Amino acid sequence: MAVVETRKLTKVFKRGNVGAVNDVDLQSREGEFLVLLGPSGSGKTTLLRMIAGLEEPTSGEILIGGKVVNDLSPRERGIAMVFQSYALYPHLSAYNNIVFPLKAQGMEKERRRKQAEWAASLLGIQHLFARKPRELSGGERQRVALARAIVREPSLFLLDEPLSNLDAKLRASAREELEQFQKRIGTTAIYVTHDQVEAMAMGDRIVVMSQGCVRQIGTPAEVYDQPADTFVATFLGSPPMNILPADGVIVGFRPEHFLPPGVAERLGAHVSYQFHITHGEYLGAERILYGTIEGGALHGRKVISRIPSTHAAGLVDDSVHAFAVAEGDLKFFDPKTEKRTKFGRLPQ
Amino acid sequence: MKGQRWLGPAMIAPAILYIVALVGLPFLMAFVYSVGDVKVGSVGYHFVGLQNFISILKNPTFRLALRNSFIFTISSQILVLIGANILALALKDAFPGRRLLRFLILLPWVAPVSIGSIGWKWILDSLYSVVNWVLVRMHLVKQFDAPVWLGEPKLAMISVIAVHTWHMLPFATVILLAGLTAIPKDIPEAAAVDGAGFFRTLFQITIPMMLPIINVAVLFGAIFTFTDMTVIYILTRGGPYDSTQVIPALAFFTGILGSDLAEGAAISIFMLPLLAVATYMVLRAAHRAEVT
Repeated sequence: MAVVETRKLTKVFKRGNVGAVNDVDLQSREGEFLVLLGPSGSGKTTLLRMIAGLEEPTSGEILIGGKVVNDLSPRERGIAMVFQSYALYPHLSAYNNIVFPLKAQGMEKERRRKQAEWAASLLGIQHLFARKPRELSGGERQRVALARAIVREPSLFLLDEPLSNLDAKLRASAREELEQFQKRIGTTAIYVTHDQVEAMAMGDRIVVMSQGCVRQIGTPAEVYDQPADTFVATFLGSPPMNILPADGVIVGFRPEHFLPPGVAERLGAHVSYQFHITHGEYLGAERILYGTIEGGALHGRKVISRIPSTHAAGLVDDSVHAFAVAEGDLKFFDPKTEKRTKFGRLPQ
Repeated sequence: MKGQRWLGPAMIAPAILYIVALVGLPFLMAFVYSVGDVKVGSVGYHFVGLQNFISILKNPTFRLALRNSFIFTISSQILVLIGANILALALKDAFPGRRLLRFLILLPWVAPVSIGSIGWKWILDSLYSVVNWVLVRMHLVKQFDAPVWLGEPKLAMISVIAVHTWHMLPFATVILLAGLTAIPKDIPEAAAVDGAGFFRTLFQITIPMMLPIINVAVLFGAIFTFTDMTVIYILTRGGPYDSTQVIPALAFFTGILGSDLAEGAAISIFMLPLLAVATYMVLRAAHRAEVT
């Protein structure tokens, strides 16, 4: 098992351009499931590829297990990677795909067979050994790719959006399976995704990236409840956090914390706003209400509320109600740096 | 629609006409000639059965030409394949000057083969050969004992194979380059992460994945080489002592220059079953590579 560390890692593709990855300092923990989360173009895949050795860093250091590996080729780094496309060798059977890394190590045939059977049994794919990748379904391909990655028991496991090619239903089950699987083998894993649900569900910690920079590193609860800046606040959560700039401060609160009359009273200390609902979306279990705040310093600001359908009686379009946010659920951001500040003064 | 009923046939007609007039008809005439006794200038036609074929099979020059055709085709195709693979790999990744280099490598193919061959005839000349000049200056051969490239049987064969390889290489390179670029970038990267080195990736991943397209290149190259006589006609005329004589050149020499149309036709027709078998084999190989 190994710990990965990056020090001031930077990648600039074209000289003079902004870096795809800028000064990234990162340290994984033993056996951790670390998720790199960010929109497309945030540099998360480039970062992963640098760790894998497929991309050469412009500057900075990569350490695996405490050793600088910048000058080592991918094969010398003792890592395994699952590609977004799975990158199975199309002319080889599933079995030969799985044993390919072992052959490259020069392992003898009998041990290869045992090792492949062990990896396949973990994923339940022994019956697919004879098939070519094109005869496999999306989910089966993903398992073969995983088996090929774990078969030589790597010290580090890199996954580049391995679920994005599966349909929605399969993705949910594969997500859970993959998470369980990583816990069972206990190998440190770095997982790239742009899907915040995946990141929240699977990650021990999440690294939120944007424009090549790390915005925040923390557990799912930390990045969701204590976002470091407005980017993290709005990127995580759907619908995103309400961000209301006013009077030299940015106030933020989550749509699910913006509660209707009847519920609001039960909160402790809270702040009330007159919420003019312009329209609502009915999503079955919950309702999303869009509207503006009336009166006060935040007059005219657009806000979103997300409430359970059971509390939504009477909240019809084009009506005004006194909604409230618990004081503890209010976040404050510095309007210049957009970073979150511990305390804030509520604009009156 | 009345107009549409004729549109299709009308559109395809020029192509069919072209094939019938310029390929089908000469082909049929070659068949007819090969079982007759036609000579240039003769007026009648007598059916003689397989006599022409029996006669050419008895002819030692024909048997030599047949052997040479195989040597010429197989050696040049092997060289082309190896060379094209190396070139395609070298030209795949971007580097400064790649466009220029690609253009230069394509030149032998776009230049008329006759011009290229005449150039080579001068390069390999018995007196003024620049190759020999270099070899002499490098003290690798003696000035008055330099190799006569086109005048000694073995050297002549090596020379025509080399020149033909030079001519065929660009085309095969372009085909293999297309095959190579068609391999998703992920695959060699996955191989690199899986611990495969350059040669393992090349022989176990890249080349097997390119196999269908390599087959196409070989099929094209082999048939083109087996039926082509330009390089040999210009460089050696089949000499010395028929040591570079090949089937298509022999057919031309016998049928056109030697006025024996019937025997020339028989020699040409002799290539047909060989080419048919070769085509079938390569197509089957290509199909198999695709399916499994």
